[in-house]
Amino acid sequence: MQLSVNGKIHEVDVEPEMPLLWVLRDELGITGVKYGCGIAQCGACTVHVDGAAVRSCQLPVGELVGEVTTIEGLGTPGALHAVQAAWIEHQVAQCGYCQSGQIMAAAAFLALNPEPTDADIDAVMSANLCRCGTYPRIREAIKAAAQTIRSA
Amino acid sequence: MGRLKTFTRRTFLIGSVAVAGGVAFGAYKVATPHENPLSAGLGEGEAAITPYVRIDAQGVTLITPRADLGQGAWSVQAALIAEELDVELDQIRVDPGPPSPAYWNTALAAESAAFMVPSGGTGEAIAAGALSAVMKTIGMQITGGSTTVPDGFVKLREAGAVARETLKLAAAQKSGVPVRDLKTQAGKVLLPDGTELTYVELAPIAAGIAPPREVALRDPSEWRLIGKPMRRVDIVAKSTGTQAYGIDQRIDGMVHAAVVLNPAQRGAMMSFDASEALQMRGVRDVVEISGGVAVIADNTWRAMEAGRKVKVDWGPAAFPAPMEEHWQALSDAFTEAKRDSRQRDDGDVEISFAENAGLIKGEYRAPYLAHAPLEPINAVVRVDDGAAEVWTGTQIPRFVQNNVGRIAGIDPEKVTVHVLAMGGSFGHRLEDEVVKQATEIAARMKGTPIKLTYSREQDMTHDFPRQIAMARMRGAVRNGQVETYELDIAMPSVVLSQMSRQGLAVPGPDSQIVAGAWDQPFAIPNHRVTGYRARELAPVSSWRSVGASSNGFFYNAGLDELIHAAGADPLAERIRLCSNDEARKVLEAVGEMSGWGTELGEGRGRGVALTQSFGVHCAQVVEVTATDAGIRIDKVHVAAEVGTVVDPVNFDNLVKGGVIFALGHAMNCEITYTDGIADQDNFHAFEGMRLYQCPVIEVRGLENGTRVLGIGEPPVPPAAPALAAAIFAATGQRLREMPFSKHVDFV
Repeated sequence: MQLSVNGKIHEVDVEPEMPLLWVLRDELGITGVKYGCGIAQCGACTVHVDGAAVRSCQLPVGELVGEVTTIEGLGTPGALHAVQAAWIEHQVAQCGYCQSGQIMAAAAFLALNPEPTDADIDAVMSANLCRCGTYPRIREAIKAAAQTIRSA
Repeated sequence: MGRLKTFTRRTFLIGSVAVAGGVAFGAYKVATPHENPLSAGLGEGEAAITPYVRIDAQGVTLITPRADLGQGAWSVQAALIAEELDVELDQIRVDPGPPSPAYWNTALAAESAAFMVPSGGTGEAIAAGALSAVMKTIGMQITGGSTTVPDGFVKLREAGAVARETLKLAAAQKSGVPVRDLKTQAGKVLLPDGTELTYVELAPIAAGIAPPREVALRDPSEWRLIGKPMRRVDIVAKSTGTQAYGIDQRIDGMVHAAVVLNPAQRGAMMSFDASEALQMRGVRDVVEISGGVAVIADNTWRAMEAGRKVKVDWGPAAFPAPMEEHWQALSDAFTEAKRDSRQRDDGDVEISFAENAGLIKGEYRAPYLAHAPLEPINAVVRVDDGAAEVWTGTQIPRFVQNNVGRIAGIDPEKVTVHVLAMGGSFGHRLEDEVVKQATEIAARMKGTPIKLTYSREQDMTHDFPRQIAMARMRGAVRNGQVETYELDIAMPSVVLSQMSRQGLAVPGPDSQIVAGAWDQPFAIPNHRVTGYRARELAPVSSWRSVGASSNGFFYNAGLDELIHAAGADPLAERIRLCSNDEARKVLEAVGEMSGWGTELGEGRGRGVALTQSFGVHCAQVVEVTATDAGIRIDKVHVAAEVGTVVDPVNFDNLVKGGVIFALGHAMNCEITYTDGIADQDNFHAFEGMRLYQCPVIEVRGLENGTRVLGIGEPPVPPAAPALAAAIFAATGQRLREMPFSKHVDFV
């Protein structure tokens, strides 16, 4: 079957029930997307499908419809997305393992709502777990990114 | 293995070792007699040099042997070297280096030695430091005990200074300009005429120069990096999905493995039937390993899915089946026969109790807790003829090296260990079961790299959790003051459980049974703290702040009940009782930060706690509101005394993270066992704190002390008791058992 990831078409020969997460990681070698829980509790596997945040551990690749964007497709060290730039500026990461998912969740959220209230941020970002406890910096970085996006 | 020998002399050796096309510099204190392959030709009592700085045609690489679990260890180690070497953090690469006894953790040995006096001021070591001897013997290169900064603060700067001075000697040789006229900056030696000689071009000359035997470290007023906000070396990679963790490792020809282990932890496997699994797509083999089976497939998901189809007949767990028996074992441990230590016995509690009619009593509990770093444990191992290679995130590379060698039947020196970035640990990666299992598989498939990844369920249910613990308090008050405080603590020995898995016996009492309780900075007239060693129950392991993670709660909770009985103020009475200036200052700091004593209003409350752990005095004030739907944590004020805040940004992040970690577990986390099987297997049942619950956290690092201390663990112990005290202040409900969600709701 074919899937489009970060603007590139890939041909994979896998069973349709394999979650998109494992197709990306093990079949395509796109490892910015992370395995954390496998049951949609942690959000480390968050990617975009046609711009919407999706838990790739819960999406059988056979049911995928649309263009997949992973953290690698959102921005690169040389061409950062506004959310990534804010994450760097606010030095959010500790272990960093959840941060791909946090950034993807935040980017999809801010694309829909570039003027989030604190309550909006709390509601949306609480679906992503951070075991290191970087939540205060996630809040700050989202506000900074929102400002960048609004002024762009 | 090194011979164990006491060195009374603490000499200092410095030097350089040529590496291919470049030069490597190092320095370390010769307090240990490790035999080092480089030591041939050195005189008696001397040791060879282990590199911390490597310069070759590719540039400058700083060796950072303490592992990065997320706490920023690579960055802080690099910064300490760079401070003296005069390189910028964006100019260098970091390399965790190979396992080597020369990288053994001096500070951890001191911290772990039984009952060393922790606060540096008065007193002497009380017991012999048996663990320290063990650690020296095996050259324990461990990341833990919040020791990366204390261990490296001098020796890494010295390594940088030695390298800098040697490069200046090389520049002098090349240019003819005297060393005293040379300056260094940003990876270059600067000549008076403006000529710049890069470290890279000087390296081949420096390789032939004997480095200076003594270097002076710069005065703190000259520091460029230390104490100023730094950009972590991994921050861009971790914000762009380009940081490779252990789980991301890909080796040519690699196959994927999943394990199916007895859900009754450490129980036997009677038989298994893999016929269905072997029919599944991509499955190469299903093999028996210690404690279960491994499925080898061409993809992680296929291996995990096939694992579900293996039918296994399991034996029972090797420890009590129902939770009630675990608690009973602790309750039964408060006996003379089980007494492990009594290092605090001030005044006379017995006389006080005999004279006091109104004894105050309390019993407290702390549950088993999983480590649950977000990256499940994993390892890649390849076993070849007479050699092996390992890629994994580990805090114990030397143990890994030895265990892989033993299992594969090869010389440990022929085992190459690559320590990779870790997606958290909290102590989880102080164990190496996953590496041992991957090695068992790899030994049967020589030449094929085996990548073993635990599912979240395997990771959580086969974790060796934080110790279960129980404490009993008795006390008395008089004239509005706390007069007598006795605390008895029972738990299984974490150190015994952990070290037994490495084949090591640990003699003597276990200081962790009373850590965070016996050594607190309070002068209470009659004060006794006794540790009782419960029998081994479920296997347990070091969990962020270890013994203090439970005892910080017990100690403060008991003290709070006494202060309340005395009718005193929780903060004022702690300050009155305080026997240590550093501790008093952190208490005063959180008092000021929180506006302690000002009116909060109906349904709101503040609680305070202080724990000294790992030498750090950390005080916290938590503010809560009791809403109709439950308790909301509004604010946390934290002050910690660390001597020098090396990087204020990372300090702030680590303190906040430690508070959130501790509050989350205190709110809603526990591991319980039914029929010896862990009841919680994923984050739906072991949630911790979510972002919407996160309070505003205000952090202040104090720098009054003379010792430089680490901050990874000390914010954890005081958070839970400060929360419990705040809930009491807001509601009148006294919480004596974690998780608190057993008794109150949180919003």
